[in-house]
Amino acid sequence: MAEIRNYTMNFGPQHPAAHGVLRLILEMDGEVVERADPHIGLLHRGTEKLAESKPYNQSIGYMDRLDYVSMMCNEHAYVRAIEKMLGIEAPPRAQYIRTLFDEITRILNHLMWIGTHGLDLGAMTMFLYAFREREQLMDCYEAVSGARMHATYYRPGGVYRDLPDSMPKYKESPWRKGEALKDSNAWREGSLLDFIEAFAEDFPSRVDEYETLLTDNRIWKQRTVGIGVVSPERALQLGFTGPMLRGSGIAWDLRKKQPYAAYDQVEFDIPVGANGDCYDRYLVRVEEMRQSARIIRQCVRWLKANPGPVMVDDHKVAPPKREKMKEGMEELIHHFKLFTEGYVLPEGEVYSAVEAPKGEFGVYLVSDGSNKPFRLKLRAPGFAHLASMNEMAKGHMLADVVAIIGTQDIVFGEIDR
Amino acid sequence: MSNFLGLPEQLWLVIWTLIKIVAIVLPLIIAVAYYTLAERRVIGFMQVRLGPNRVGWYGLTQPFADTFKLLFKEIILPTRSNKFLFLLAPVLVIGPAFAAWAVVPFQDGMVLANIDAGLLYILAMTSLGVYGIIIGGWASNSKYALLGGLRSAAQTISYELAMGFALVCVLVATGSLNLTNIVHAQDGGVWNWLWLPLLPVMPVYFISGLAETNRAPFDVAEGEAEIVAGFHVEYSGAAFAVFFLAEYANMILISLLTALMFFGGWLSPFEGLPAVGDTVLAAPSAFWLLAKTVVFMFMFLWVRATFPRYRYDQIMRLGWKVFIPITLVWLVVVSALVVFDLAWWMA
Repeated sequence: MAEIRNYTMNFGPQHPAAHGVLRLILEMDGEVVERADPHIGLLHRGTEKLAESKPYNQSIGYMDRLDYVSMMCNEHAYVRAIEKMLGIEAPPRAQYIRTLFDEITRILNHLMWIGTHGLDLGAMTMFLYAFREREQLMDCYEAVSGARMHATYYRPGGVYRDLPDSMPKYKESPWRKGEALKDSNAWREGSLLDFIEAFAEDFPSRVDEYETLLTDNRIWKQRTVGIGVVSPERALQLGFTGPMLRGSGIAWDLRKKQPYAAYDQVEFDIPVGANGDCYDRYLVRVEEMRQSARIIRQCVRWLKANPGPVMVDDHKVAPPKREKMKEGMEELIHHFKLFTEGYVLPEGEVYSAVEAPKGEFGVYLVSDGSNKPFRLKLRAPGFAHLASMNEMAKGHMLADVVAIIGTQDIVFGEIDR
Repeated sequence: MSNFLGLPEQLWLVIWTLIKIVAIVLPLIIAVAYYTLAERRVIGFMQVRLGPNRVGWYGLTQPFADTFKLLFKEIILPTRSNKFLFLLAPVLVIGPAFAAWAVVPFQDGMVLANIDAGLLYILAMTSLGVYGIIIGGWASNSKYALLGGLRSAAQTISYELAMGFALVCVLVATGSLNLTNIVHAQDGGVWNWLWLPLLPVMPVYFISGLAETNRAPFDVAEGEAEIVAGFHVEYSGAAFAVFFLAEYANMILISLLTALMFFGGWLSPFEGLPAVGDTVLAAPSAFWLLAKTVVFMFMFLWVRATFPRYRYDQIMRLGWKVFIPITLVWLVVVSALVVFDLAWWMA
């Protein structure tokens, strides 16, 4: 009798649903996946090693490029690790700004996720709807940092600068004029905070719009209900965090359990799923977007009422004011020292984690008392999630593998680092 | 138009038929070209973006730019593929896709071949196209393409059945397989059109048509996100363009057939309305057929922009466990109506 062998298929690294450069070796019995073997490392850039040869501040930009759809959350974990070691605390206004931008980042990430997840399952309109809103939030990033994605906005001791008083407006062009121009600029008349407030007020209605397309759609349900089920016990054992863990019904959220920044000052709920399948994780993430909008509204209200410094006044860590630097010798020396040598962290080690949109993003920092990290270890949530690929995909069909990659919200920047 | 060139009768028949074929195929190809543009513009509109509007006036020459780009691209033959079958596959797809148009009437008497087994012929032609897809998938020597070919084979066979039973309902309701006669049987106003007596069958036919042409949400044979482009993943240039052309020609055909069989073809929707009377609005004309066809062509695009993709086994379940029973039950109902003289549309 002829030997029957399973069909081995190379899924990726060049594949529309590979979310970057995932290479999956699928062993298939017809359309049914018998074994899924994820191969990683195609986007390895040696971030951890690079950081060892640079003063602390110069690695903040690398953090943006880890999980490149939740940029500021990665920065947050890194600068908090440094702050912990230095024993400094950012001023309250900076804490609120960080909370605000962490949540903007969460919405950015979840919009990207809902768009690509929809696209993977064939609902391509979702992608463009999500990107319409993402564009607005990108503008917020640009307004505070000058960059649409890789912001480098958080710094040890606060944030780079205070929120701007005005929001850039669209200029007239052949494609955007008259009423359309007025509509585009409707939220942009006031400050950045006004813009964010208008966005956060409007955003829940946009989420409703997404939900009308997906939540009760029979095809969407058929594609996600009962796919990639993970029990709560198994989710814990596999090291799941974030929506992956909450989708399985465990209410674990660092923002509530180990509050940082201003998360203990704002009200929000943690949505949890019941069945631990793709559909529950979808619902959890959609609800998280609504909760993020809620947090944003509270932060905006506080920030409008409470002006103040956004950076510590310690020039060993934070650069001095530029105009003072031009005149004062003291400030010039501080500036020179800070931008050449940086600052020195006391000997020791620290672990700091934040609730990034994908789960617990942690930074483990070992210092030997110099101006560069002795060792930097990044804990990427996606790594643990991807490791469960075989378990989640086994016995499902090829099309479900795509749904599972989507629900894991994989981004290779953080997995390969 | 008789033989004015003094040619032998047989030869003239051949030439005259060829002229008629060109008169059908040429507008069809142009319609396909603009259907692709319409698809991109319509879906663009639904997705709050613009769509192609740069090439020519409002993007109107975009389809030709695309066509010429594809024609001038290299046709890459995958290594260790069966070259003969690889190149035969697009021909096998486009042939039946165009051949089916031979029996399609555009107006009373305006048809290339007014044969009595028209419905049967259409069913045969639309089913033949799948051979090209299977052969293309197999000959590509690619695992993705093979999966796509297998998927489309299973899918087409399942939906062919539902479609076939839907057509049997039409046959019973009109008592004819001739497409012109089917339209004539619906004479006498909107309430005599077959959509009403065949209410559950009409959507089944249209949805089967979506599946038959591998369109979203049944596009698993292409399965963009799963098997990249399915059966035509290895095709490039003109060979790909031919697959593309066939798919869109089939979409137009399905829209046209839905209009012919369930919505009175070229009959006017205002027929018999006192307010309209005997004016040109009430007269049957090819315009009405075109208008109805465009509505269904729009539905193809609308569906694509709205729904997620089915999984391969779910498509099978829908076809076998939902559509076929519906058509079978309705076949009995329609037969009963006809037998017991309750068929008001035939009166």
